[in-house]
Amino acid sequence: MAPSDDPDRRDFIQGVTAGGLALGLGAATSADPPADVGQPIPMKLTINGQDRELQIEPRVTLLDALREVLHLTGSKKGCDHGQCGACTVLIDGRRVNSCLTLAVAAAGGQVTTIEGLAKGEELHPLQAAFIKHDAFQCGYCTPGQICSAVGLMAEGHAKSDADVRELMSGNICRCGAYPNIVAAVQEVQQLAAKENP
Amino acid sequence: MSTTAVGKPMDRVDGRLKVTGAARYAAEHDYPNLAHAVLVTSTISKGTIAEVVTAAAVKARGVAAVVTHKNAPKMKVPEPFGGEKPSAGSTTAPVLNTDQVFWFGQPVAIVIAETLEQARHAAQLVRVTYQEQPANLTLDSAGKVTTPKKIMTEATTVEIGHAERALKAATLKVDAVYETPQFNHNAIELHATVAAWDGGKLTVHDTAQFVFGVQADLATRFGLKPADVRALAPLVGGGFGGKGVAWPSTYLAPLAAKVVGRPVKLVLARDQIYGCVGGRPPIRQRVAVAADKDGKLTALIQAGRSATGTTNQFVEQFTFPARHLYACPNIYLTQETIALDTCPPTFMRAPGECPGTFALESALDELSYQLKIDPVRLRQINEPDKDPTTGAPFSNRKYQEALALGAEKFGWNRRTPEPRSMADGRMLVGLGMATATYPVYRMPGSARVAVSADGTAVVQSGCHEMGMGTATAQTQIAADLLGLPVEKVRFELGDTNLPFAMVAGGSSQTISVAAAVSAAVAELKGVVLKLATAGPLEGLKPAAVAVRDGGLYRTDDPASGESFASILQRAGRKSAEAKAEVMPGAEMQKWSMHSYGAQFCEVRVDPDFGTVRVVRFVGAFDVGRVMNAKTARSQFLGGITMGLGMALLEETHRDGRTGRIVNADLAEYMVPVHADVPAIEAYWVGDPDPHTPMGAHGIGEIGITGVAAAVANAVYHATGRRVRRVPITPERLLAAPRDG
Amino acid sequence: MTPFDYVRADGPDAAVKQVVARPTAAFLGGGTGLIDLMKLYAERHDLLVDVSRLPMDKVEATEKGVRIGANVRNSDLAYHAAIRTRFPVLSEALLSGASPQLRNMATVGGNLMQRTRCPYFRDGHSACNKRVPKSGCAALDGVNRGHAVLGTSDHCIATHPSDLCVALAILDATVRTTGPKGERTIPFADFHRLPGDTPDRETALDHGELITAVDLPALPWATRSHYLKVRDRASYEFALTSAAVALEIADGVIKQARIALGGVGTKPWRAAEAEKALVGKKPTPEAFAAAGDAALAGAVPRQHNAFKIPLAKRTVARALAAAAAMPG
Repeated sequence: MAPSDDPDRRDFIQGVTAGGLALGLGAATSADPPADVGQPIPMKLTINGQDRELQIEPRVTLLDALREVLHLTGSKKGCDHGQCGACTVLIDGRRVNSCLTLAVAAAGGQVTTIEGLAKGEELHPLQAAFIKHDAFQCGYCTPGQICSAVGLMAEGHAKSDADVRELMSGNICRCGAYPNIVAAVQEVQQLAAKENP
Repeated sequence: MSTTAVGKPMDRVDGRLKVTGAARYAAEHDYPNLAHAVLVTSTISKGTIAEVVTAAAVKARGVAAVVTHKNAPKMKVPEPFGGEKPSAGSTTAPVLNTDQVFWFGQPVAIVIAETLEQARHAAQLVRVTYQEQPANLTLDSAGKVTTPKKIMTEATTVEIGHAERALKAATLKVDAVYETPQFNHNAIELHATVAAWDGGKLTVHDTAQFVFGVQADLATRFGLKPADVRALAPLVGGGFGGKGVAWPSTYLAPLAAKVVGRPVKLVLARDQIYGCVGGRPPIRQRVAVAADKDGKLTALIQAGRSATGTTNQFVEQFTFPARHLYACPNIYLTQETIALDTCPPTFMRAPGECPGTFALESALDELSYQLKIDPVRLRQINEPDKDPTTGAPFSNRKYQEALALGAEKFGWNRRTPEPRSMADGRMLVGLGMATATYPVYRMPGSARVAVSADGTAVVQSGCHEMGMGTATAQTQIAADLLGLPVEKVRFELGDTNLPFAMVAGGSSQTISVAAAVSAAVAELKGVVLKLATAGPLEGLKPAAVAVRDGGLYRTDDPASGESFASILQRAGRKSAEAKAEVMPGAEMQKWSMHSYGAQFCEVRVDPDFGTVRVVRFVGAFDVGRVMNAKTARSQFLGGITMGLGMALLEETHRDGRTGRIVNADLAEYMVPVHADVPAIEAYWVGDPDPHTPMGAHGIGEIGITGVAAAVANAVYHATGRRVRRVPITPERLLAAPRDG
Repeated sequence: MTPFDYVRADGPDAAVKQVVARPTAAFLGGGTGLIDLMKLYAERHDLLVDVSRLPMDKVEATEKGVRIGANVRNSDLAYHAAIRTRFPVLSEALLSGASPQLRNMATVGGNLMQRTRCPYFRDGHSACNKRVPKSGCAALDGVNRGHAVLGTSDHCIATHPSDLCVALAILDATVRTTGPKGERTIPFADFHRLPGDTPDRETALDHGELITAVDLPALPWATRSHYLKVRDRASYEFALTSAAVALEIADGVIKQARIALGGVGTKPWRAAEAEKALVGKKPTPEAFAAAGDAALAGAVPRQHNAFKIPLAKRTVARALAAAAAMPG
């Protein structure tokens, strides 16, 4: 570790011990903002067609707002960094990672989660196909897979199995249900194509 | 028992819950006044905490408490897993009750706050300084090397004949070193614990593969009676071994809850799972095989070193497959461990068999080219007639049937023998195969079966569902045992208030629980018979009665009998129940009991880039009777998929200077995505094992075994380049010397 | 994340004023990079000014070229008919990046501001001159398989991760901005900075300067362009190496060539010398291989990333061959 004349750095280096520098080096501006910054603010989210009033900090992600505040726990957290797809929801019909979406930034949009896909007792065709094809095992990535597949069908770019694989690659399934997921998606897509040629 | 339900491709009983988002996993349990806890973890691998500065964190918005080794209540460290008592101890490190740091990523503080965001932010304000000491981080480091006294119940070293002498004498032989790096489980569900105290009683919702182990662990740590700890894990979002023991977060959540006097939720961040949940250890193995010109093995040596922790004694049994697979007069197998200053390693899907088959089956493939004998043929030639190291008869070995089935389904006969002899345009094509194997393990199990006057039944065992389809298969089994339609049977699991079950591991759960359910049904017969004080069953002894069609029927007059519902209604009872506990029998001592399989892989390799894409995969298995054709196929697919990751993508990278895992996320630790996984076919022989409950074997782990070797062998066939270190990355493949 | 305030901007000028007013404020677009890095404490801001709803979301195609609004989402741009037909390299680059979900979120403006995947930058703890100036670079002698071999310095070897930017590098793009000093245009080649001894300064933008659009001039021969990405996984991974190329071929001879590389540079790496070497040559494998060699001239490997040099050469050659095989 090179010594530094930078005064900001001196504060850090005061913590150096005999064992060497083993101290967190945060971003350049590590001082916390004043206490009035980032206080909870009111917001209205529309989730599965229902308006929900919330008073939360701007830093709360849509995923954490769904899971921790609204207790809509169908959307899952697997990485919290847009790397696994378990948190996938639809905003205005487009699939997005809710873990990288601020709740406040989603205000004004129509959010659809896994809880909003079935019509009462009647499952969404993709939900039914996932059961039929055993397109999941532990079930944890499943809501994200299904929401992603809903988005995929709406986009209309996936024709072949290879297309489906490529365009579902944002949803990781560690249990390895991929071939069954592709089968489920293709069955529903092909049925939809027959019904609406 | 009639097998009306068993074997059928029944949809999962929890499928609807899982596809609608209604399934609730550990972190999704809420309590009034719940607080959120976030861990601060060490940034050195070995040393002492010099100072922890918590002032800024304590003052931060919403913070309820900051717990460090200075102010944490004392916890007693339980025995590690694998001891005499049921325990889920992951490490003997007294985490948060010590200033010692044993590995990078060890928890050193807990911040508890009103909201997750507040806790996360305050955790980042905790400043920790250390007195750092040099750490042992690699297989070649100065860590303590040990030859374990035993590996599980088996001898560490097996020696038959004179393997080194036979190897020396042979002209057709392979003697090579194979390496596998650290892997991490990466279940998509993050490790999480929700802990709530009620006076001296503790309830935890935990991401656990072993609720009774968690119960025992927490009871010891907090000085409670086991009965005062309730652990629940009815649904787990993937485990693969990573949730088999109680990692620190499991007991730090209750600790935090105790400190703040409120229920607490603690969810590890993904990078913290790499930091404080062990993975599969790195292993280096030498495999030497020799054969006569007809392909008969004359020497088989497998010896090597796996990493363990300084705070556990985990031994990855990578020499186990070689003990049972092939006939050979001269065998030498042994292994040692080196203790590293890393998060202690643990079991990951098919510990031992998975890395062991990579080395052994790669070496056999290399030998096949020396012998100019087809790899499938080589494995036919060396089929043993009894267990090659124990001498025990096989319980029901159908490996050759699986091999033939796989070869036929795959179309192995289209393979041309020479390396680099098949192509598709620019792409090199390779076909490879390897043997899969996994032992039959059975553990103690217990179950309660209750039948009701409304014609339904509830079956309970504190076992686990993390994707295997446990509740589904046990529902089918119980339905057939009771002679009820599956719709009338409900299976409950994952709760220490239910009858005891062991860890969901070792692919042992299905038969261990099935044996208990079967015994409970037998007990139930006597219980219900006592209630049949009138009618066709009156006065009969249990031996004169059989359970079938949802009731009891005379064995001497099968038409004569009565349904459970009818007996209960007449007796004015709502329900009747029985419980049974079953220990494994002596069958494992008497028979050599294993599952087998043959894995077939086709790859396309870009010769310029060294990128490998698997385009087809076929696995054929000998696993006894299959309980559910749909979920079984999924288990095989899942194991194979994880094996593809091991072969081509997965590796935990550690910075050798600090011990930091630098790819501790799902973008840089690469597990297969949809686009990496082709159509996979899974087949099974299906011959019931006469010596296991239901004729079944566990199937959760065998699918991953042999896969990495099948891929490496296909890559060699495509390119003439042998890569003995997974994952087979472009740089490793392009750097490997080329034959052919 | 550090606590922050959030406002939705009424217009680009208001957004600029709001960010300028606070030294650690930032614009929020799709959030795929910013929120990720803020969660890691690799970035801290006390105010996010959400510009994602500002009406800068059009793709305007004319004969003179294409203007891409900064808020156009990656997926919309990738599937836009004008882009697919006139600039296939751009569409291919976009579709090779990230996942469909992330592409639905990420904006063109945000993509230009994408930051490195260097784990020592991201971990919030290690020495990193980019995150904490003058703190050192843990990657130099650390695990550096993913790091750059071109444009590196003794202070930073972090790879620029964008796919889109590699394609933009060959298309003579211009970045339009509005900021405290008014509007300006920045040639794409000048937009990203080499790390030198100030790797924390990554772009030519001033604090509070907002990207409003990216202009692509008409480049008729860009119909013969291609993006090729090499990676371990078949999808959803940053490039080990990538190449964006375009060729103008007439009478069997290369008239003009464009080559840029990804995965190997500290910024989107235009290989001008390699381009020049192709002009006047016949489109042969030998010429393409020589272009690959020229593109990697001066590459400096570290312990784990030397393989990228031959790999990148082959990536360039293969991409050129594929472009040459396209209908002109």
